[in-house]
Amino acid sequence: MLAATLSTRFTQDAMSVDSATVRKIASLARIAVSDAEVEAFVPELNKILGLVEQLGEVDTSGVAPLAAVIPNHLRLRDDVVTDGDIRDRVLKNAPQAEHGFFAVPKVIE
Amino acid sequence: MSDLTDLTVAGIRDGFRKGDFSAREVADAFNGAVASGRTLNAFIVETPEHAIAAAEAADRGRAAGEFSPLSGVPLGIKDLFCTEGYQTTAASHILEGFTPTYESTVSARLFAAGAGMLGKLNMDQFAMGSSNETSAFGNVISPWRRRDGGNAALAPGGSSGGSSAAIAGRLVPAATGTDTGGSIRQPAAFTGISGIKPTYGRCSRWGIVAFASSLDQAGPMARDVRDCALLLEVMSGFDPKDSTSLDVAVPRWEAALSGDLKGKRVGIPKEYRVDGMPEEIEALWQQGIAWMKDAGAEIVDISLPHTKYALPAYYIIAPAEASSNLARYDGVRYGQRDLPDGAGLQDMYAATRAAGFGSEVKRRIMIGTYVLSAGYYDAYYTQAQKVRALIVRDFEQAWEKCDVLLTPTAPSAAFGLGEKQADPIAMYLNDVFTVPASLAGLPAMSVPAGLDGQGLPLGLQIIGKPLDEQSVLDAGLAIEERAGFAARAERWW
Repeated sequence: MLAATLSTRFTQDAMSVDSATVRKIASLARIAVSDAEVEAFVPELNKILGLVEQLGEVDTSGVAPLAAVIPNHLRLRDDVVTDGDIRDRVLKNAPQAEHGFFAVPKVIE
Repeated sequence: MSDLTDLTVAGIRDGFRKGDFSAREVADAFNGAVASGRTLNAFIVETPEHAIAAAEAADRGRAAGEFSPLSGVPLGIKDLFCTEGYQTTAASHILEGFTPTYESTVSARLFAAGAGMLGKLNMDQFAMGSSNETSAFGNVISPWRRRDGGNAALAPGGSSGGSSAAIAGRLVPAATGTDTGGSIRQPAAFTGISGIKPTYGRCSRWGIVAFASSLDQAGPMARDVRDCALLLEVMSGFDPKDSTSLDVAVPRWEAALSGDLKGKRVGIPKEYRVDGMPEEIEALWQQGIAWMKDAGAEIVDISLPHTKYALPAYYIIAPAEASSNLARYDGVRYGQRDLPDGAGLQDMYAATRAAGFGSEVKRRIMIGTYVLSAGYYDAYYTQAQKVRALIVRDFEQAWEKCDVLLTPTAPSAAFGLGEKQADPIAMYLNDVFTVPASLAGLPAMSVPAGLDGQGLPLGLQIIGKPLDEQSVLDAGLAIEERAGFAARAERWW
């Protein structure tokens, strides 16, 4: 019941994403999608965008975007080698490793 | 002797020290419970040999008069923690077969303190989900059942659903969880156990598979508040390998535990009273307020005006960070690779990610990619981070009037598997009460407080000031002492 009440509210005024946009996002995200998946994503993504759309009604003038939840400072360390000589461990989980390198399909025509 | 699997972590630790039983006996008892609890599907990998090795080391240590804080204690480890030599998948097919050559800081600290590992616990894929239904290794089934006799399989909550189910089913005495928007607290509430997400930066994120880095925090899940306190002491601490790790001392939370809340002010945020919330949860909240008063606390009405924007802000920020973090799964360095015939590098990336990620993970990567894309970044991501700043400010203003906040943990008891699968938004709403504290990096815990009409557990949430885990644990203990929650899932598996 709660879900129904809120989902109705959230789906109002959704900014619309069409199938061409879904294909573009999928391409940017390097995820292969079938035509059927594109059609399924369109309403799903629109529903989620409908949920987040309501942030537009919040007056955020003069508010700086949050940088860190808990005040902290980035530390500097001495510029020295702390790791290394672990090539085989780095390659251990590679789907394909050859001659001490990660191997990928040919990238130069 | 009573069943060793009924003991809490503190009970195991203390009984082992006194010589009531050996660590090996404890490990054997829990290894047996894990093996006979496979129906729950709480584990992706069982590691009985790890638990036995740690137990034997603890027994040898005891013979020499040496004890570590967790000597003799076996634990479950969520499959988001990289464990050296043991497959770590984040419950995703894309990491199937990945065997880390290093140990996460949190699990390393637990093992260095004497704990053993019973296995790697199932979870929502990449910690994205609230029901454990997005795992590539199947649903986890809650040990709890409704009283209606229908025996419907219920969700153990998520994303730490393997952790919650294993503890509630007494397959493990306690487990690690991680919490990005409620993934420790909501499953704890659904299964009648306790769980705490500490202040952001308390626990190192190093070696934990990243979901949304500005939100992810590890924390313990256990049967009671004391166990949460003692486990969190071991898990916390500065780690130079995590740039957001806080270089602050770890208090002795367990030793300082007190359910006496005299002089404490407990805030009740009115915005957490949501339309359509079940009457039983409202009643439990009122009961919780009465328990706080009984413990000596003063009750204060609080307003957190931006609460309703927390969920929408979260569903921009978390997917945005996820889309960036999950770019690393490309089929080159680890995990699965899908290489169609004649495919080039770009096609390999796209095919690998299409085959390896589950649908909820793809959905969030797509949303994250969209909100970060050119032309939309300011409208979505920057605005969300501004709203997040306002949510943080709401809490800061509340801390001028109170020491902790008391709210329900979740807007419902456990739901049935499959009941919310069709509608992602309905699923997201489970985290409506847990997400605000996540966005503000605050410590928050869930403790079991009662049962609903179907006999299912309900939890209350306590939210505290930054670094004030002690007040959160103390208020949790005050509830625990008064709720007398002794219900447990009747064994059917």
